[in-house]
Amino acid sequence: MDVILGLTTKDAVIVATSMAAVRGVSILKADDDKTRIVAPHTLVAYTGEAGDTVQFAEYVQANIQLHGMRNETELSPPAITSFVRSELAKSLRSRKPYQVNILIGGYDTATEKPCLYWVDYLASRAQVPYAAHGYAAYYTLSLLDRWYKKDLSLEEGMKIMEMCVTELRTRLPIDFKGIQIKIIDRDGVRTV
Amino acid sequence: MSGYDRALSVFSPDGHVFQVEYALEAVKRGTCAVGVKGSNIVVLGCEKRTAMKLQDTRITPSKIALIDHHVCLAFAGLNADARVLVDKARVEAQSHRLTVEDPVTIEYLTKYIAGVQQRYTQSGGVRPFGISTLVIGFDPNDDLPRLYQTEPSGIYSAWKANAIGRSSKTVREFLERNYQEDMDREETIRLAIKSLLEVVQTGARNIEIAIMAPGKPMEMLDFDSIEQYVKDIETEKEAEAAKKKARSGQVSSNA
Repeated sequence: MDVILGLTTKDAVIVATSMAAVRGVSILKADDDKTRIVAPHTLVAYTGEAGDTVQFAEYVQANIQLHGMRNETELSPPAITSFVRSELAKSLRSRKPYQVNILIGGYDTATEKPCLYWVDYLASRAQVPYAAHGYAAYYTLSLLDRWYKKDLSLEEGMKIMEMCVTELRTRLPIDFKGIQIKIIDRDGVRTV
Repeated sequence: MSGYDRALSVFSPDGHVFQVEYALEAVKRGTCAVGVKGSNIVVLGCEKRTAMKLQDTRITPSKIALIDHHVCLAFAGLNADARVLVDKARVEAQSHRLTVEDPVTIEYLTKYIAGVQQRYTQSGGVRPFGISTLVIGFDPNDDLPRLYQTEPSGIYSAWKANAIGRSSKTVREFLERNYQEDMDREETIRLAIKSLLEVVQTGARNIEIAIMAPGKPMEMLDFDSIEQYVKDIETEKEAEAAKKKARSGQVSSNA
């Protein structure tokens, strides 16, 4: 029941995640961060089976940072997404696959363009202008379909995000303890 | 042939492991590297071999390698051996982050590197790493500069300033004479370059300098700023020599 949303604007990606950590019917934590910074300009947001999510995200993070140290260069968001997808594809064919769905928001410093990727536990990958995983998708995709246009400004993007959050608060039957918003642009990742 | 250097893990009757001593010999033939600690800075300096005329210098690897964002390593000895050891250190640094959610401390990483080097003096079918390393950096959330050395035998030690590789003895003696406590950034860089100039004749073109400060990424000095330091040092040396000459001239005229 976690909420993770992503939206690209003209020169940034906005990634929103819910802050509740839930087990069964109980909320364990109200300030959970469902994201990991894997490279200076790339953020991974995840949702899925409790232990799998963090384990997989940190595994990916460590490997990408190791690659960065070995080659003294930063991997581009599409390269990182390819790596994540291949790891999930490998995992899917193992005895116990990771049950993790992922959004990857990044700013490609080579092409100077923001990008957002949707990846699920079946190792499908798609580059998208906006995306959501789980139940949140049912409520927000229609809004994003309606209001998204090319070359949004960051302010317009944030406004659309706010509309999505309002919709979720109204319609989603559970309390997700608020939304944390991160922005990825040419300066890296920052929390709003 | 005495027979005691055929297999690696065999002692000679007087307690030497010859292969390890040969590895130290390989280090002595490698290019020189120095490390100097200041009050809140630590500097690595390396002698760089001159590239051949047709060589592409852009992809010629440096002797200074970044292990993690806060740790940096310079080596003297066999370049190819270093590449393997550096890779092991990088993997360990990230693996440490993954398992305990903290970056490695400089001492931990030095111990790890020395541990790997030791293992290669006692295992079958391998030979020791023909390199010594200088490991510098700052521990997480700490502004105490660190400088360690490791050797092929697996020995590691902490230093205020040290040199490894070709003519390291000359450079170390120079550092012993000129080292001062609590040097600032400029003084530390200057001492590192000045000590290297004792053995590097060709000047700035053959020197590499890496600087680390607490909480900041490693900084490699560019050619122009190294050259500026070299020029300053040379003019200072000349002025000192002239002064000495004048003084000795005076003494003789008085006599």
